[in-house]
Amino acid sequence: MEFYTFLRQLADSWGLLAMTALFLGVCLYAFRPGSRKSHDEAANSIFRNEKRPARDAAPVAGAPNSNRTEA
Amino acid sequence: MWDYVKLIALGVIAVLAAIAANYARDLAYMVNAIEVMLAAAIAFVFVLRGVGTPKAVNENEYMDGVIRWGVGLTAFWGVVGFLVGVVIASQLAWPWLNFEVLQGIGNFGRLRPLHTSAVIFAFGGTALITTAFYVVQRTSAVRLFGGGLGNFVFWGWQLVIVLAASSYLFGGTQSKEYAEPVWYIDWWIVVVWVAFLIVYAGTIMKRKEPHIYVANWFYLSFIITIAMLHIVNNLAIPVSVLGSQSVQVTSGVQDAMIQWWYGHNAVGFFLTAGFLGMMYYFIPKQAERPVFSYKLSIIHFWALIFLYIWAGPHHLHYTALPDWAQTLGMVFSIVLWMPSWGGMINGLMTLSGAWDKLRTDPIIRMMVVSVGFYGMSTFEGPMMSIKAVNALSHYTDWTIGHVHSGALGWNGMITFGALYFLTPRLWNRAGLYSLKLVSWHFWLATIGIVLYASAMWVTGIMEGLMWREVDANGFLVNAFADTVAAKYPMYVVRALGGVLYLAGGIIMAYNLWMTVKAQPAKAAVNANNAVPAE
Repeated sequence: MEFYTFLRQLADSWGLLAMTALFLGVCLYAFRPGSRKSHDEAANSIFRNEKRPARDAAPVAGAPNSNRTEA
Repeated sequence: MWDYVKLIALGVIAVLAAIAANYARDLAYMVNAIEVMLAAAIAFVFVLRGVGTPKAVNENEYMDGVIRWGVGLTAFWGVVGFLVGVVIASQLAWPWLNFEVLQGIGNFGRLRPLHTSAVIFAFGGTALITTAFYVVQRTSAVRLFGGGLGNFVFWGWQLVIVLAASSYLFGGTQSKEYAEPVWYIDWWIVVVWVAFLIVYAGTIMKRKEPHIYVANWFYLSFIITIAMLHIVNNLAIPVSVLGSQSVQVTSGVQDAMIQWWYGHNAVGFFLTAGFLGMMYYFIPKQAERPVFSYKLSIIHFWALIFLYIWAGPHHLHYTALPDWAQTLGMVFSIVLWMPSWGGMINGLMTLSGAWDKLRTDPIIRMMVVSVGFYGMSTFEGPMMSIKAVNALSHYTDWTIGHVHSGALGWNGMITFGALYFLTPRLWNRAGLYSLKLVSWHFWLATIGIVLYASAMWVTGIMEGLMWREVDANGFLVNAFADTVAAKYPMYVVRALGGVLYLAGGIIMAYNLWMTVKAQPAKAAVNANNAVPAE
């Protein structure tokens, strides 16, 4: 089989299926149970460390952030 | 030791560039070689002055020096790009402005790529690198990775801008839209861009925040995809190492398809994904509220990434490109409408509960209008990609109007908002010099865009209809020159819109300058950097 034909057929069969499945998987993963907490945490992360870097390693998610510099 | 290696390398580069300038086969190459020689010499002096001084890097503060340069140069390149735009808009309205003495340098054909590249790659590119460095440090809570590599990326990109701009004026081009730079500039872009990726990814990898904030996803996809697009679209074999000319590896319809795969994704990843990174950071920060829906931002990101890459063929409707590819491009362009509007809604709804800020904060107003234009041009784009609409709109001024409502409205306004946000913070000032001037800028820019876009709709649809008009016997009614004559009033309105937009840009530059120069600092930047006793 010609290389072009092979790629062409791969692209509109298994390739397409894999990409669609990956995309749907990513979307479903965003809606997994318990994601709200980590998403809220991420959405609010821009409001700290504005003036200087954090001084220590990442805290456990959900732990109080008192050890981080405030903006 | 490392300093001596740098000095030797820079010295060798300067000498080689001087030799290349001497044996140059064309003017553009010679000018570029002289510029490289000067750049190497300047870098040489700079490194030489630093030899022997210990380079203390304080990991406890952000690397903001290069970002301050970036804010200033973004404003500068913006004004330059808008100015060249006003000049070429005037040249189209009044052709005598193509002065005889400037033929071959200052005529429309030479200035047009200068304008597009100045706005997209100088203004937009500098804004993207600057804000990317700012955002990735703040959201990762660490200093920029790579030490001086960040400086190399920034100043390397400025060299790209200078080389490309002078090359265009003296006739260097590879005749690919938005990819005009000749082969050696393309190689240099690859070097700078890979360094950009290392700095950016390195900073994310050493982050102290558990989550990679969504703005970083957009920035990272922009960096990676532009690297891929740039390399594939610029596969060319130089005719001589001493000249600008090169021959593309692909030809015919393959080359056209690769060019518009590149061209549309330059819009999709340079002008959309990168600037969405700005939107997702600066709008929540300025509104002081987290983004409306973090989940929606994730869906927005992945949908955009999966869809945009296929939309390029809509630039080649009714050409030699296979029909299936044209239809594919059209379908994906239409599907793309959904994630684009999802992102627009996400940006706008971030203000829900804080809409009163629109009345009091002109910076927020600018950002909201920017997102509004994002929504408008991502509706217009899919519509124009429909084959039946494209049959009317393609090759007309409508396309130009569409590009400008996206570039001036979306990219320009969000960048202005980011610059107004950054300047007081980076120079540690209490606030902007004048909010009134921001309002002036806002209205001048908005009215300018409205004049521009509406003039281009009218002239674009008019010329499209005139081109296809046939009489009872099937003969074309209008000559091409008839459409040119009919477009004159709209061209004057377009130039006026450009003047207003340029005036707004100059006001912004003045306002930013005075913010730094006319106001005292709150306290020395990083003065309280010692670890406080808690």
